[in-house]
Amino acid sequence: MTSFNKSNLLHFGVLAGLVILFFILPTYHVGVLSRVMVMAIYAMGFNLLFGYTGLLSLGHAMFFAAGMYGFGLAIKFGGFPVPAAFVVGVLSAALLALVVGLLALRTAGVAFMIVTLMFAQTAYLVVLYFGKYTRGDEGFILQQAERSLFGLDVTTETGRYFTAFTLFAVCFIALAKLVQTPFGKRLVAIRENEERARMLGYDAGRYKLYALVISGAVSGLAGVSYALLFGYVGATFSTVQYSIFPLLWVLLGGAGTTIGPFIGVLFMFYLIDISSGYTNAYMLIAGVVLVLLTVFAPKGIAGTLKARVFPWMP
Amino acid sequence: MDAMNILETKGLTKIYGGLKANTDIDFKLARGKVTALIGPNGAGKSTFVGMVSGRTAATRGRVFFEGEDISHLPAHSRIQLGLAYTFQITSVFRGLSVYENVELAAGRTLADRPSLLKAKVNSVLERVGISDRADQIAGDLSYGHQRILEIAMGLAQDPKLFILDEPTQGLAETEVDEFVALIRSLAGETTILLIEHNMKVVMATADFITVLDHGMVLAEGSPEEIHKNAAVQSAYLGTNVDA
Repeated sequence: MTSFNKSNLLHFGVLAGLVILFFILPTYHVGVLSRVMVMAIYAMGFNLLFGYTGLLSLGHAMFFAAGMYGFGLAIKFGGFPVPAAFVVGVLSAALLALVVGLLALRTAGVAFMIVTLMFAQTAYLVVLYFGKYTRGDEGFILQQAERSLFGLDVTTETGRYFTAFTLFAVCFIALAKLVQTPFGKRLVAIRENEERARMLGYDAGRYKLYALVISGAVSGLAGVSYALLFGYVGATFSTVQYSIFPLLWVLLGGAGTTIGPFIGVLFMFYLIDISSGYTNAYMLIAGVVLVLLTVFAPKGIAGTLKARVFPWMP
Repeated sequence: MDAMNILETKGLTKIYGGLKANTDIDFKLARGKVTALIGPNGAGKSTFVGMVSGRTAATRGRVFFEGEDISHLPAHSRIQLGLAYTFQITSVFRGLSVYENVELAAGRTLADRPSLLKAKVNSVLERVGISDRADQIAGDLSYGHQRILEIAMGLAQDPKLFILDEPTQGLAETEVDEFVALIRSLAGETTILLIEHNMKVVMATADFITVLDHGMVLAEGSPEEIHKNAAVQSAYLGTNVDA
């Protein structure tokens, strides 16, 4: 079987598995998976920029929050119907990514990390400054009636799971296809050796900007999904913590792999969930496991599997 | 401008701080020929091709490619016009396979025609003799093979002008011979600007030679003429011929 078929099989296998799990898992775990799928969208958006293009942003929370607030405020104050607010949310994140990209991409490496971190910090302060509308740290709730998507009630366990699943599946397959296109391969070329890519005639600056805009838009879509499915919009999601999470998820799961971000989110969630069942010092356990993984599997779970067992893995 | 010349520079100058790396270089490159750029270490050869390819910004002066003034163009736009460049220090995509490296080089123009792209990549790999290593990761190749891969990436672009910055540096004797044969096979197909220290390679491949010294053109001519040139001998050997 060609590696192309194998990777298709893997992708559709993961999606089929998620459908089956809904019917066999207890309610608690179904709820967990809904959340994991939404956060995996965020991680996949981050992965496009970090894992494939080689740009480490420490400010992705601003894109997640831009989606979340673009969506939430459009409903609360604009009276938008959900589908239109959905589009507003994603476009807000894409636009923010474009503006940040035009400025931040003048830098590279550590300077890029710091500039994105500062922009995200500014975004957080902006959310607090306009507390009258955003309600700051406290945030605001979107009522059940405000969250009906084409008549579908996303507040039920089933509605939420399959909405999260659909959004996850679309992003998962679309990004897996994108990185196989010539465009995606050029992003990898820039990650591997930007100067060489430029001296093959590729406008590296432009490609990096496109990657950042797509990455920001997907992260924003995750923010929209979160607000839609869990009904909460708050400033917590624009804090630096939420910029670090996708980095951890992607590093754990495997940067530059299609399946890595999902594995990373899933692993991290259950790591904390299970260890907190044993002790109050669960963050200590989580920390030790993270250190061990970084030392013994620096390419992350999927990355290590790819390097050692399944070289065909996408 | 003369249609015979694919590349011309006028008054090309690079000043680093107070140091003049290149001073007012007027240079003409004949189409379809192999021209070698030689000179002692620090003569400004790499700086010069850096300004031609756009990697290095010129302090002043102009670069013309096929009669067009390209002085204002960034490097990637110059490459798109048909100029290919291989690095002095090997620069390949180390984490990707040999095939993917060449695919990226050829893919700029052929990416939307997959069957043509595949044929192009395979024919280039065949030509430079590394098609049996197509699936290897570039970073795992020997140094010599990485140099060859780099040349393959240049060829894959079907360049009008191919700039090779010290391509035989660090190659074994037999690999140098293969390289000479490859360059000779390209004669007439494309224009080559070769920066080279190995005089054996220069004499075996070049139609014309330009000698740089202290950032200035010291001499130009056929290999024969350069060989006899007293000023060149003095620059290389440090002897004062007039004394």
